[in-house]
Amino acid sequence: MRRLAYLLALLLLLPAVPVPAGVTPDEILDDPVLEARARALGRQLRCLVCQNQSIDDSDADLAKDIRRIVRERLVAGDTDEEIIAYLTARYGDFILLKPPMKPATWALWIGPFLVLAVGAVGVAVFLRRRRGGGEEEPGLAPEEEARLQRLLSSG
Amino acid sequence: MAMASSETERPQRARLLYLIPVAVFLTVAAALGWGLSRDASVLPSALIGKPAPDFSLPPIPGRDERGFSRADLGGRPMLVNVWASWCVPCRAEHPVLTRLAEEEGVIVNGLNYKDKPEDAMAFLTGLGDPFTYIGQDLDGRVAIEWGVYGVPETFVVDAQGIIRYKFVGPMTWQDVERKILPLIRELEREAGVAAATDRKEGAS
Repeated sequence: MRRLAYLLALLLLLPAVPVPAGVTPDEILDDPVLEARARALGRQLRCLVCQNQSIDDSDADLAKDIRRIVRERLVAGDTDEEIIAYLTARYGDFILLKPPMKPATWALWIGPFLVLAVGAVGVAVFLRRRRGGGEEEPGLAPEEEARLQRLLSSG
Repeated sequence: MAMASSETERPQRARLLYLIPVAVFLTVAAALGWGLSRDASVLPSALIGKPAPDFSLPPIPGRDERGFSRADLGGRPMLVNVWASWCVPCRAEHPVLTRLAEEEGVIVNGLNYKDKPEDAMAFLTGLGDPFTYIGQDLDGRVAIEWGVYGVPETFVVDAQGIIRYKFVGPMTWQDVERKILPLIRELEREAGVAAATDRKEGAS
């Protein structure tokens, strides 16, 4: 009975945060602070095999190996930046799910805003020209006006 | 006012303006079309132009005693092929490696990835052993140093031990003729070593 109570108490201590699909219990670090950093890193890192999953969500072997490397380096005292630098040196920026801001990716980051700005300028020019354009629509001729009135009242 | 000139200019300018969206559309379509036509599963290697990573791997028990390490690279251009007996495309690629080694005299080294030693030995005795050095990477850690994300992968390493090219997936003889061999011959010229075939002929 006492043992059961003890077990229940232990269960309550378990974090409510769900473990990502790929991370297996034996990988989880004892130090919750390091494990939290490992999770934060794992979410940013791409599984190279499945490509659109993070290493934390993937159960591919390579994702597991990289999770293990991340944890080993965290335990060894590496900073997050050092770990990311280690991985990008081997796998390139592609391992980052969020591409870094640098000259090669400027078009990627700024492009959409540029297109939006060009579109906004285009709309502004169009509107201004239409307002100030002076090409007034000619009004209806008297006979047209009379016909319109007839149609409207007959309806 | 210059009524006449603005009357003729304006429609022309307007017509040119209408071409801008068309040009933008064609540019975007071409870029996206190019993106769709390339194989997204083949990733560029971050290690091209960089020295091969430092590593030292034990031999497959029963093959030899020397294994494969960083010190074995360099001196002349070589291939490093990542393979495993459980990898089916590796079996398909094996005759290509054999032909490269035997007919073209290219040094092919093997990185045996996450394999059981007895399976690896069975693979080599059954299909032949074209490799010069082989090291077994049981936990796949050295493969990660090489930026490997699948098997097979093949690296071309030059005489200075610098990684010059990486091929992802099984090579066909066509791939070898188109890319691998011309590059190796060029690197041999660069390094001033005799082409591997010449050396072999001279020795016989």
